[in-house]
Amino acid sequence: MADIERHTIAVLVDNEPGILARVVGLFSGRGYNIESLTVAEVDRRNNLSRITIVTSGTRMIIEQIKAQLSRLVPVHKVHDLTDEGPFVEREMALIKIVGKGETRIESLRLADIFRARVVDSTTESFVFEMTGSAEKLNAFIALMEPLGLVEISRTGAVAIARGPASF
Amino acid sequence: MPAEPLTGADIAIKALVDQGVDVVFGYPGGAVLPIYDALFKQNALRHILVRHEQGAVHAAEGYARSTGRVGVVLVTSGPGATNAVTGLTDALMDSIPIVCLTGQVPTHLIGNDAFQEADTTGITRPCTKHNYLVKDVRELARLLHEAFYVARSGRPGPVVVDLPKDVLFASGPYRGPEEVRHKSYRPQLQPDPARIREAVEMIRMAKRPLFYGGGGLINSGPEACTHFAELVRLTDAPCTLTLMGLGAFPAADPHFLGMVGMHGTYEANLAMHDCDLMIAVGSRFDDRVTGRLNAFSPGSKKIHIDIDPSSINKNVRVDLPIIADVGEALSALLANGPTALRGSDPAARADWWQTIDIWRARDCLRYDRSRRDLIKPQYAIERLYALTRGHDVYVTTEVGQHQMWAAQFFKFEEPNRWMTSGGLGTMGYGLPAAMGVQVAHPESLVIDIAGEASVLMNIQELSTIAQYRLPVKVFILNNQYMGMVRQWQELLHGGRYSESYTAALPDFVKLAEAFGAAGRRVENPAELDDAIEEMLAIDRAVILDVAVDPAENCFPMIPSGAAHNEMLLGPEDEAEKPVSEEGMVLV
Repeated sequence: MADIERHTIAVLVDNEPGILARVVGLFSGRGYNIESLTVAEVDRRNNLSRITIVTSGTRMIIEQIKAQLSRLVPVHKVHDLTDEGPFVEREMALIKIVGKGETRIESLRLADIFRARVVDSTTESFVFEMTGSAEKLNAFIALMEPLGLVEISRTGAVAIARGPASF
Repeated sequence: MPAEPLTGADIAIKALVDQGVDVVFGYPGGAVLPIYDALFKQNALRHILVRHEQGAVHAAEGYARSTGRVGVVLVTSGPGATNAVTGLTDALMDSIPIVCLTGQVPTHLIGNDAFQEADTTGITRPCTKHNYLVKDVRELARLLHEAFYVARSGRPGPVVVDLPKDVLFASGPYRGPEEVRHKSYRPQLQPDPARIREAVEMIRMAKRPLFYGGGGLINSGPEACTHFAELVRLTDAPCTLTLMGLGAFPAADPHFLGMVGMHGTYEANLAMHDCDLMIAVGSRFDDRVTGRLNAFSPGSKKIHIDIDPSSINKNVRVDLPIIADVGEALSALLANGPTALRGSDPAARADWWQTIDIWRARDCLRYDRSRRDLIKPQYAIERLYALTRGHDVYVTTEVGQHQMWAAQFFKFEEPNRWMTSGGLGTMGYGLPAAMGVQVAHPESLVIDIAGEASVLMNIQELSTIAQYRLPVKVFILNNQYMGMVRQWQELLHGGRYSESYTAALPDFVKLAEAFGAAGRRVENPAELDDAIEEMLAIDRAVILDVAVDPAENCFPMIPSGAAHNEMLLGPEDEAEKPVSEEGMVLV
């Protein structure tokens, strides 16, 4: 069996109705994995959106995914950030903790260590906002588990290449 | 100076005319009434009224495949669009350029479950190359021209343009095709010169080269096929073609080994297995061609020329991919001149041809010719081929055993003469496709080589054929079974013929007559020639119902899960080489 690789792929597309369905349909129709997918408009003047997809597969499958994405008519560019050199990858999470007394204090202390911000609080709950790598988010969430964690909302990864080059 | 505004319906008609369209295959309905009204008031476009929307798409495919132009379909919303889905999927799989205009409920009703509403762009997204929902009449002309550009550029395919009824009534500006340029879609047509140099060197050094051409050659055009033939002859290498590629290289040329794949010839498949250089040109390493992947041509280097980068390394890892229009790549290869391309080792090449001649001597397409009481299906096609030599012939097929026998026994010397459903394997393709071919070539002989089961799937199109007096010939190999299903049940399921026998078949002679066509049935081999001659002599549609040996199987055959060198050559092999368990689960 060939090795399974994890790749972060950035796709620049026309911001038109159906484009997200087209991309997601391609992945489901051909049986590719999606670990996360984020999308937002990035260039209003040219009406372009950027989709960041984290996927996994053998080298042959990753190449297929890129070729199939490039083939979609509204797709302008496909960049495999994992292949093209160092890149920064970040994810944001909103994490709700419910509790009173010592566990509540403990969650606040850990949030401070992880540089999570409190964006909402009541006498019995916090919502923390945290940005970082997926691993860092996972570590924080694991620590919050016994401290009253009730709900998580995560954005999925966004990523950009390091250095002056752009596309 | 901006032209006077037109209604959406008039814009649609004008855009089609400006795209050089002369015929539209369609079926009216509530949502497209404005376009039908506009059609009524003009003379530039001919409309062919089909009897089912699937037939419209297949007819447009036949038209497109036999002319090299874009086929155009016009259907209504809801069921009109959903009925077209099979045809669209067929066109996508076989890379046929189609523009399909679908009606849609008015924009303010979209999403309300209105009468005859369907999410057409949603449904057709995975079965089209691209699709559009036009919500603003000001965008209509541009999107229609874009649709034609996308359908025919790069790897061709079907494009749907969904047209809400209020957009068809609204007024807007018209723009001509010359004013429209797609903002990003530019398929790569020219090959990388460094790769061409590398390919030339690989071809020169090869001891056992093989050309493997596919439907991409036909799509690239007759010139690409001429270049292909020139290159094959220049290098003196053997050549095989896929089902979709038949006609891209002259079958009569001694370099041609016949079709490759599951029911391809022994020599073509063994040459694929044993070659040391495979040059794939506009072909896609389909599972019907490769057989078991881990045993596919184990000792060869592979060059793959294709316009679609996603075809490269999809199933088979290749050594040298060349992304280009195959015609451009072939002419770049030829530009290197004969000396550079001719093999460096003539002795090795002579050995290769000698080996091939041994394989050819197995005469893999032989069949039992001794029966005097039964028409063998292979014999029927051989006679049809022989007796149509003086004609300008186009052939379509349905799907199944008869299709494979047609591919094996009917020889094609030029492209665009052979229309068949390859990728999707759509039973019911042949009759409407023949209709489309006949519309494009009114003076030519168009034959649908059919099975009695397949042809019933779109038999209603006989009514269209009658309406337009199309002299289509339907040549039915009638074995009373879904033959290919029965063959697999025999080989893989212990001869349990579950639901593959068609009880209560119609009387095809009466059926023909009911639709205003001529009908004849033939059961005796001695009467076959007369029956074919009679069919050819009649200047209107004919059904010739040929009763053939119901037990005949299609050989040679590479069973699913087997390798090229594990072919079954005939019934005598069936018992010796049972199909593996792994093979059984494959399609």
